[in-house]
Parts: sequence; C-alpha cells; structure tokens
Amino acid sequence: MFGRLGFDALPHDPVTIGGVVGGGLAVLGVVAAMTYFKKWGWLWRNWLTSLDPKKIGIMYIAVAVIMLLRGLADAAMLRAQQAIFATSASSPISPDLFQQVFSAHGTIMIFFVAMGVIFGLINLILPLQIGARDVAFPLLNSISFWLFVAGMVLINVSLALGEFSAAGWLAYPPLSGLEYSPGTGIDYWIWSLQIAGVGSLLSGVNFLVTIFTMRRKGMTLMKMPIFVWSVLGSMLLVAFAFPILTATLAMLSLDRTLGMHFFTSDLGGNPMMYVNLIWAWGHPEVYILILPAFGIFSEIVATYSRKKLFGYKSMVWAILAITVLSFTVWLHHFFTMGAGANVNAFFGIMTMIIAIPTGVKVFNWIFTMYKGKVSFKTPMLWFMGFAVTFTIGGVTGVLMAVPGIDYQMHNSLFLVAHFHNMIIGGVLFGVFAGITYWWPKFAGFRLHEGLGKAAFWCWLFGFWFAFIPLYILGFMGAVRRLDSYDPSLGWQGLFIVAGLGVMLILLGVFFQVVQVAYSIWKRKELAVGSDPWDGRTLEWATSTPVAEYNFAHLDAVQDRDAFWAAKQSKTKASTKFTDIALPKNTGTGAYVGAAAFVIGFAVIWHIWWLALLALLVLVGIVIASTLREDEDTEMIITAAEVAATEKRLRGAGA
Amino acid sequence: MSVLLVVIACLGTWLYLHDKNVAILNPKGIIASQQVDLMAFTLILSVIVVVPVFTMLGVIAWKYREGNPKATYEPDHEGSKWLEVAWWGIPIVIIAILSVVTWISTHELDPYKPIASDKKAVKVQVVALQWKWLFLYPEYGVASVNELKMPVGVPVNFEITADSPMSAFWIPNLGSQTYAMNGMSSKLSLRADKEGSYRGSNTNISGEGYADMHFQAVALKDQAAFDAWVADVKQDDASAYLDQDTYDELRKPSKKTPVTQYDGYASGLYDTIMHKYMPMDHAHKEGH
Amino acid sequence: MSELIEAQKARLYRTTIGFWVYLMTDCLLFASLFATYAVLRTATAGGPGAADIFELPLALTETIILLVSSFTCGLMLLGLQAKNRRQVIVAMALTYALGVAFLAIEIGEFAKFVAEGHSWQQSAFLSAFFTLVGTHGLHILFGLLWLVVMLVVVVRRGLTPKVTRQLTIFGLFWHFLDLVWIFIFTVVYLLGVAS
Repeated sequence: MFGRLGFDALPHDPVTIGGVVGGGLAVLGVVAAMTYFKKWGWLWRNWLTSLDPKKIGIMYIAVAVIMLLRGLADAAMLRAQQAIFATSASSPISPDLFQQVFSAHGTIMIFFVAMGVIFGLINLILPLQIGARDVAFPLLNSISFWLFVAGMVLINVSLALGEFSAAGWLAYPPLSGLEYSPGTGIDYWIWSLQIAGVGSLLSGVNFLVTIFTMRRKGMTLMKMPIFVWSVLGSMLLVAFAFPILTATLAMLSLDRTLGMHFFTSDLGGNPMMYVNLIWAWGHPEVYILILPAFGIFSEIVATYSRKKLFGYKSMVWAILAITVLSFTVWLHHFFTMGAGANVNAFFGIMTMIIAIPTGVKVFNWIFTMYKGKVSFKTPMLWFMGFAVTFTIGGVTGVLMAVPGIDYQMHNSLFLVAHFHNMIIGGVLFGVFAGITYWWPKFAGFRLHEGLGKAAFWCWLFGFWFAFIPLYILGFMGAVRRLDSYDPSLGWQGLFIVAGLGVMLILLGVFFQVVQVAYSIWKRKELAVGSDPWDGRTLEWATSTPVAEYNFAHLDAVQDRDAFWAAKQSKTKASTKFTDIALPKNTGTGAYVGAAAFVIGFAVIWHIWWLALLALLVLVGIVIASTLREDEDTEMIITAAEVAATEKRLRGAGA
Repeated sequence: MSVLLVVIACLGTWLYLHDKNVAILNPKGIIASQQVDLMAFTLILSVIVVVPVFTMLGVIAWKYREGNPKATYEPDHEGSKWLEVAWWGIPIVIIAILSVVTWISTHELDPYKPIASDKKAVKVQVVALQWKWLFLYPEYGVASVNELKMPVGVPVNFEITADSPMSAFWIPNLGSQTYAMNGMSSKLSLRADKEGSYRGSNTNISGEGYADMHFQAVALKDQAAFDAWVADVKQDDASAYLDQDTYDELRKPSKKTPVTQYDGYASGLYDTIMHKYMPMDHAHKEGH
Repeated sequence: MSELIEAQKARLYRTTIGFWVYLMTDCLLFASLFATYAVLRTATAGGPGAADIFELPLALTETIILLVSSFTCGLMLLGLQAKNRRQVIVAMALTYALGVAFLAIEIGEFAKFVAEGHSWQQSAFLSAFFTLVGTHGLHILFGLLWLVVMLVVVVRRGLTPKVTRQLTIFGLFWHFLDLVWIFIFTVVYLLGVAS
C-alpha cells in the first residue's frame, strides 16, 4: 500500500530530529499565524495564484532566502564537524549524516538558492527593462515557479522521511547506483532536481521568447539593456543544457527503479558516461548563474557612475562568447579520468579562453567608472568586493584549467575554495547588489545603508577567512568531504579559522535580516520616489510601486539607455489611456506543482498507485487548462481604471 | 592599515605552516616538482593581468568618486577603440602563451606516459576497495594493504582499478592523482626522489568510510632496500597469502583497516577484479 | 477590432516561436539519448545485439505509417488555413488512427522482446534501446492524447483562435516526432541491422 514507506523512515539521530522539530515548528508557527490573522484567502488570491511576474519574482526570492538559511545551517554543521569533531572519537554528526549534509548543502545552494534568486530577479526586472507588460507565457511562468517549489519541498521532506543522498551534489555512479545506495536518499536527490529542473527549463523557454517577441517597439537587440543580454545568454544555456540534465537524471532513475544498465558497473553500463553528461549540463549551469550576475553589475556600475556603460558592444560579444564557450569545457571537471593528453590539453585551453571575455568585462566595468561620478552606495561596495574576489577566483580557476596542475589540485579543498570563490564572490555578491539596487522600485523605500554596508564587510571578510584556509589546506593535501582526519596532520587550526570565517558570514546574514526588518519598520523615513538612483533603463520609468500593467503607454524607445535619454529630452507622458488586457489569476500552477510533488514522492517510496493517480490528475489539470478559451483567462483593465491608477501612483501631475 | 593586516595574516600563516607538511609545495618526486614549477609559471603569468586590474580598479574608483572636485565628468563617454583593443589583445596574447605551455605540459605530465629512466621501473597494481587500498607487486609476488613501498629514484608504473565505487589515488608529495574505476585500468607513473613516508589518500567520495581511506607511501632508499623489503615480507611468518577467499573477505566494506602484508597472492588477481566488471566475461560466466 | 486581431496575431507568433524553442530543447533531450545509445550500442553484455533482434520490415512499416500520418497532419493544417472545419476533423481522425497503429506496432515489438527474455534489464544496449525508442513512443502517446482533446474541442466549439494556435503547434510537434523517428529508424534499425 505505501511502498517502502514505513515508520522506520522517521529520523533516528538527534541532529536530524532537532532539525525536523525546529523546521516543523517554524512551519507550524507560520501556519498558525496565517490562520489566526485569517490571511490564507489573501495569500491565495493575491500571491499564490498570481500570474504577475513581479509577484512571482518576489515569491522566488522569498523561497530562495529561506533555502539560503537552510544551506547556511548545513554549511555551519560542516564547518563545526571539520573544525571541532573531526579529530575526536565521537561526534553528534555521523559520517553518513555528514555526507548527507554536504550533498544537501551543494544541491540546495545551487538549485534552490542561486537558481531561485536568479529567476526571481529575472521575473522582476526583465519585463520592465524591455518595456513589456508581461512575460510571453504567464501561466507557464507560474507553473515553473510551482515546480521549483515542489522540488524544494521534496528536498526538505527528505529530512523528516527517509534520508538524503550521501553521494555529493552530483551523485556519481556507481556510488549513486542501487548497489551502493539502495535507500531513498539518491531518489530524493533525483526527483527534487528533476522536478525543479523541468521548471527551470520551462522558464528558460519562456524568457527566451519574452526577449525575442515582447520587447518595446524600437528596442533593437543592440539597444537592449545589458542585463537583458546577460539573461538572454543565460537562458540560451538553460535551453541547451537543462534537457541534458533531464535525460541524465531520468536514466539514473531508470537504473534505480527499473533495473536498467546505463551507469551500472555491470552488464555494459558506463559510469563515465554519466560523469560526461552531468558536466555537459553542470558547466553551463555555472554560467547560467554567473551571466545574470554580470548583467546586474553592468547596470549597477553604469547607474552609480552616472555614465554610459563602457564598451557596450564588447560586453555583448563577451556575453555571447562566454555562452558559446561554456559548452566546450565540461571535461575540465575530470581531467583525472584518464582521457588522453590531446583531449585534456584541448579542454584546458578552451577553459582558459573563457578567461578572455570575462577579463574584458572586468576592464569595461572599471572603465565605466572612468570619468564618471561614482557614488559608493552598498551595491557599489558589492561590486568592488566582487571585482577583487572574482578576479582572484579567476586566477585559481586558470591554475586548475592547466591539466598538469589539476592532476594535483583536483578534488582537494583548493577546488572547493575555488568554486566558492566564484559562486559566493560572483553570483551571491551579484544578487545581493541587485536586490539592494532594485529593492526601492518594488518596496517604495530603500534599504538602510549602514546595515547594508556592515553586512557587506562581514561577508567579504568572512568569505576570505572561510576560504583562504581551504586554499592552503588544499596545498597540504587535504581532500574535500572529509568527516574525520588525523590530528597529527596539523589541519585543525586552519579548519578552525575557516569556521570563524563562516561565523563572520553568518553575522553578515544577521545584518541583512536586520537590515530588511529595520528598513520595513522605518519605511517612512526611507521612502523614495520612483527613480531613486537616477536610473538609466526602463524599469525606473515605471511608477513605484509598479502598477500591475507596468506601463500605461507603450511608446517606442529611441535610445539604449531609454529612460536616461527620455529624462534628458524631458518628454512628457501622454494622458490618454487605452484598455489593457492582463492574464487572470489561476490556481493551475499551484495544482501542477502539487501533483508533481506527489508524483516525485510516490516514485521515491515506490507507491506506484499514488504516482499513477497523481500523473492522471496532472494530465487532467493540463487538459482543463488547454480547454480554457482566451476570454476566460484574461481580464481587461479599462482606460478609466488605468487613468485612476496612474493618478494615484504618480500623483496629480501625471 | 589594510597592508598591516595582510602582513599580519601572512606572518601568521607562515608561523602556522613552517613546521607542517604543505605537500604540494614540498615535492618529493619528479612529477610533483614539475607541477609546482608549472603552477609558479602560470601564477606569474596571471599576475601580469591581475596587478594592472587591481591598480586600475583602485585608482579609478578613488579618482572618480562622487564629490572629488578635481575629476572630470563625461556622462556620454562610452568607449575607446584602442583601450578595448588592448584588453581583448593582451589577454589573448597571454592565453596564447599559456595555451602553448598547457599543450606541452599536458603531454609531458600525461599520467599514462611512463617516466623515462635508465633503471627498470617497478610495476604496482592498485585496487581501491571500500575503504582501503590494496597494492599488488606483480614482479615480486607480494602484496600489501594501506601501505605502499617503493624505491627512491626508480619510476613506479601504477595500474589502478577499483572494486568499489569510483575512487581516486593521490600522493600529493609525489604528484598527479588518477581515478580508480570498475573494469578499467588507469595508469600513472611516479618517481620518488627522496626517502620518506608520504601520505596518500582517496580524493573521490566512495561511501561512508571514505575519510578513512588513506595510506602511507614509503619511499625506501634504493632498489636494494626495496628488494630487502620484499625478501622480508616473503620470509615473515606473519605475512599471509592472499587467495581469492581472503580477497573476498578483504573486499567487504571496513574502516581503519590495519596495514597488512601478503607474501603472495592468487595469480591473475588484478585481472580477475577487472574482468568482474567487463561485460563479455559476464556472458562467458553465464554461458557455463 | 483590428487591435484584437493584432493581439491574436501576436499571440500566435509568440506561441509558435515558443514552441520552436521548446522543440529545440526536446531535440537536445533526444540528442542526449542518441549519444547514450551510440556509446552503449555495442555494450550487449553477451546478450543479443542490434542485428540479432531488430526486424527491418516492422520498423519500415512503422516509418511509413508515421510518414503518412505526417501527411494527414499537413492536411489538417491546410484545412485550418482554409477554415474548413470538416477537413480538419477528418484529417485529425486519420492522424489519430495512424498514430495508434504506430504505437500498437511499437508496443508489440517491445512485448515480443520482453517475452523472448530481452528486456531492458538484460544489457546496457537494451536499456538504451528501450529508453530512446520508448521516449519517442511516449511523445507519440502524449500527442495522441492532445489530438483527442483537440478533436473534441473542434467538434464542439469550432476553430476558435486558441484552437487554431494549439493545432498549429500540434502540427509542429507531430512533424518533429516524424523527424526524430527518421533518425531512430536510421541510427537504431538500419545501422543496427547493417552492423
């Protein structure tokens, strides 16, 4: 009846029980508060069923922030284990749990934090920057979000029921095969990624079409804001790379559930093929995350320097070059697998070539400040921190791109330090800068500067304290993923410093949480108008808060920095309005996400009848939505309503 | 202020490290020392780019800060052909140089290429198990677990496989790691140039006892010392014989397996382990 | 009124572009499976190889059926352009029947292999075969379901703008599956029997 799900699926060890009880109480508390304040209807009507990309974007970021806290808790456990318990006889964290924790840490940080926050920002900013009222496929957008949520819930359920993968964030077979991992952990990993991954793929298609077909009249490709270009590159990578992930996870799952032999060691299976396939997705994935961050920094540096972006065309070509090249380097993740010298050298050289367009971008950012008036607000601090951190990460990356060096450094803590260098110093700093920069557009008030700066310095120093020791440990021969090591090796001191670094990072996170709370409390003092930074691109042309329809008029744009140009020429908006059609709210996305979650859960636990039932429900939902005619899915905001809204949001003058 | 901090940090790091084995920067074999040189060269080349980047970043950010009355402001300044040519061009030149070095060094350091020597190389077959290392010396007929013996100055040609999840064989003081995989025999050639005992480990997660999967690689003074060790193992009553049954027992997952020596092992053991995972032999077995 | 038509046109354009992009991603999914099949083609683990089990006449029949169904699907699109509801309905029904026939043959082939002991569990080659061809079959199944739903809608509501959009992209989908099948026929069956 319930497959392999039984009471023994409940957690046994105290650390996990603590996590489950803590997490469970938090969820219960929220549920109770929502019920007490009778907010469920409001939440459902205004948020969960909304197809407005601005709201979907905020929900993505909210989920990602919660997952960031989970991922940080995992990181803190890893650091505590390696700094304190690794050399002692007993530890509250068993080796198996330790391996689950680092697998969860990597998976959550990449899929549910970085991806979530990037998709959140794209949802918020992209339609505004191209001067559109919506994305190309609003319902699909909602479905993508809910698939992301379904994957996120699934990975967290693994904490309470069963176990999580203990095979690292990419689960190489044969370790991840049935022979060595018969439990539910790998299946949780597969299905939470599979479901969220399909969501990402659909988002990729959606945003590509949005960029291709929804740009404001007059906005040629070469007039698009650079963030839009970076999203275009990133989404092209999503569209090309995520199908490979889908296929690879499906094959691993078929090995595990139907007894196939794609990646098994016996009967002709080929584990090396898995490693190739997963990195054919995995390397582009890194650029899927970093390209939008590059875009964010381009916007920020230009805005805060009050100057045009330096070398726009170079930037565009650099983005395109990175996009293409990122598909030609995947083998550098396994130089030590014994491919011949020619193959290794080729992939090493391709990897270094990526450093060229990346370097060009750094030079262009620096020269955007040249002859500008640079205002060092928090986002600019993040940029400066990024420029230094990311460049050093680039150097360690070039080192590892040389196969002869990688033979030594691979899978050591040097590697771990390197990719955190890129992802924290690149992606995270980028999204922190972006959130601070765009916050007032949607909130109507800016975030507190002092607290933001305090958070920045904690993150920056915390990062270096946490990861320089790891670089050094790599040189000492310390490999990744160790739950114990011999104290005589003399590694412990460095691990302790790394632990202190993480505590500094946690202090930074604390400042960020306080910053948001304090800014909400003091929102009257911090209130700003619709264009607080003297912005350049169209998102700053909207009212604050942004009207549901984004723009009342869709006038053609003339210039690359469309809003800046409009401000210079002091064009006045017309006061004649027309009807605007927008999609109606619908629960379809939420239902699809729920069905996908049940399918994943049922397959993990081998509850086949439930999987089939949920699949039928899913098909039913899709059919029902197909049957809805356009008139049923759209609402009209009349010209009069638009006029009233504009008057309310922009004041009497507009 | 920040310079002082950096100095203090460097000093502290040095104080911490000066009596410890920073294996990679402290090479004891020909491959590892070539790798350190390669690393130094690459690093210097990178610094040529990084130093100007950081200098410009600092200088320009400071000079054009808001409120500096001496700085000019040109909001429409949006590019300079020559500057852009420079920073596409210079990195291209540097990467071109590095590419040549990469091409040459990758061939030179190819783990499959036996190290040239006038001495006869020692062959060692390595089997990764859950969670220990088995070393077979086919030319000498002895075997050991979790301790590798090798002569100084003589190339050792490793053949590496796994009877466990994918693992990786690495002795940082000697250089280059290589994956150990089922049904495959990876190759690696190393040479120790200094007597000593060096830590080796698995770098690829292979299950619960992964962290325990390390060993000592003991480089003995010369070939004679190595031969003496072999003779010792063969004479020692404590050394057992590694037949198939003993191997099957050894193969079972175990942690903290003590160093063990065998005065002999089942003939063709390495091939048996390899072929277990090779499909054709499977069919062969089923056919009978 | 013209604004409404403009909006409909823009939607059709978006939907079509979007579906092209989706097809490209699906193409990559198949490419991954093809690449896997190419790697594992000879990994028969002592079990049967391609030449031992594939029957070309059967695969050729499947190919012809699918090609004809692509033709009837084209007729449907022509009917859609001419706003000829009857032609659309007849062509849809024909396409459906041919799709069912194709799927029946495929399932028959799979059942036969399994009955002979050559299931997907026997070797990596068979795993790759069942997955590649089966994934195409699942796409066909999905297409048939889609077709049935649309048939009901066309019969009951006629050719509304939404139906027109849906049928246009269904046409793309069906031709795409035909194309994928040609690759399967060539790579799996023709080259398989030839080797």
